[in-house]
Amino acid sequence: MYQFDWSSIPGALPFLWQGMVRTLEITGVAIVVGIVLGTLIALLRLSKNWILSSTAALYVNGFRSIPLVMVLLWFYLLVPQFISRLIGRPAIDIRLLSAFVAFALFEASYYAEIIRAGIQSVSRGQASAASALGMTSGQAMRLIVLPQAFRRMIPLLLTQAIILFQDTSLVYVIGLAEFFGIAYNTGNRDGTLVEMILFAGAVYFVISFGASMLVRTLQGKLAS
Amino acid sequence: MISIKKVSKWYGEFQVLKQCCTEISKGEVVVVCGPSGSGKSTLVKCVNGLEAFQEGEILFDGVSVGARHTNLSKLRSRVGMVFQHFELFPHLKVIQNLTIAQCKVLGRGNQEATEKGLKLLEMVDLSAHAQKFPAQLSGGQQQRVAIARALAMDPVAMLFDEPTSALDPEMIKEVLDVMVKLATEGMTMMVITHEMGFAREVANRVIFMDHGEIVEDRAKTDFFSSPGTDRAQQFLSKILSHRA
Repeated sequence: MYQFDWSSIPGALPFLWQGMVRTLEITGVAIVVGIVLGTLIALLRLSKNWILSSTAALYVNGFRSIPLVMVLLWFYLLVPQFISRLIGRPAIDIRLLSAFVAFALFEASYYAEIIRAGIQSVSRGQASAASALGMTSGQAMRLIVLPQAFRRMIPLLLTQAIILFQDTSLVYVIGLAEFFGIAYNTGNRDGTLVEMILFAGAVYFVISFGASMLVRTLQGKLAS
Repeated sequence: MISIKKVSKWYGEFQVLKQCCTEISKGEVVVVCGPSGSGKSTLVKCVNGLEAFQEGEILFDGVSVGARHTNLSKLRSRVGMVFQHFELFPHLKVIQNLTIAQCKVLGRGNQEATEKGLKLLEMVDLSAHAQKFPAQLSGGQQQRVAIARALAMDPVAMLFDEPTSALDPEMIKEVLDVMVKLATEGMTMMVITHEMGFAREVANRVIFMDHGEIVEDRAKTDFFSSPGTDRAQQFLSKILSHRA
């Protein structure tokens, strides 16, 4: 039977913690930017102007048809080269920025669809009532429709955030030291890869499972 | 106050309004009735520009509703509208429902708007419910809040789109009472309703619509004593016998 050796984990905890901070940073930035940008894209997609709506549709369908790993690699390998050629300076290491941008843009396409569905779930009568009171369509959207839409979307947005949190482990392909990357490298170095991966998996599980329990409780509260 | 001149509207091939003409002067109460699908709701929504029309002209207080340069938001802030399904804002408290447009559209301060809102809630007899959310109120109460919300904008005219048809029978009276009060205070009103008791009590005129046309547009007494057309007569006999 395989002999587990957990001894290297306590020593690695400070590094793992730093990695977790980075993971949470990437998750947080992607959630905030993703929701803001996603809302904008959802609004464009619902616009009556077909140029705007088809541009938004292209964005959403484009990102949703590409594996996240590809997007990450593009923003790591191609975009810096492209920019350095553009401004005539050598490429700098922008791995963290690449990760932020790639996740934010990628998540925006998923959030956009959730938000679009949320907006459409608010009855048209609400927007009519807001217009009838003299609100502009922007005010009606901002003050009346979006607050109701977001309230209904909270469980879905959080579920997407949990998926995103797990997906951040993919940044190991660009060699960024986030939680999974650090676990992997430490395990590799000490010859305890199996233990480290199991430990990392357990951490992902506990956080994700805890968060989804929270979502379920919240869902129950929102429904009542 | 409201002048509707040869208004026609199509949904694709289907013509929903056919050359509709009528005038509503200040202080007048006009009841619009007719079978469902007759275009009455569409006509009323054309008055504040919630529905667009392709032909004809509607003047509201001298402003052309259909003209390109017209600021529709500004015009709508002067016309109150009450919907069949109330359309209160469920994420806002009752008092906030009454203040939000005052603050955001008319630029009133929060205190002024709240005072105005509370006064109107008192008028519709709902002062005790100011801090509740709409879902905690009955249908009749919600519709009275909706009327108060429209009045908070100090409208010069009020449009009602079947305000009592989504209500349970025992709640209809409390809403009609508020509307009667408004009418007797001199509010200009255009009311889609099948409540002929209301029409008899406060209407000046009754408009009967069918298939997108204004078939009759007559003084209340004439309309009830001798409807001029078979269509109106049939309609009246149906709704009156059903209610008797």
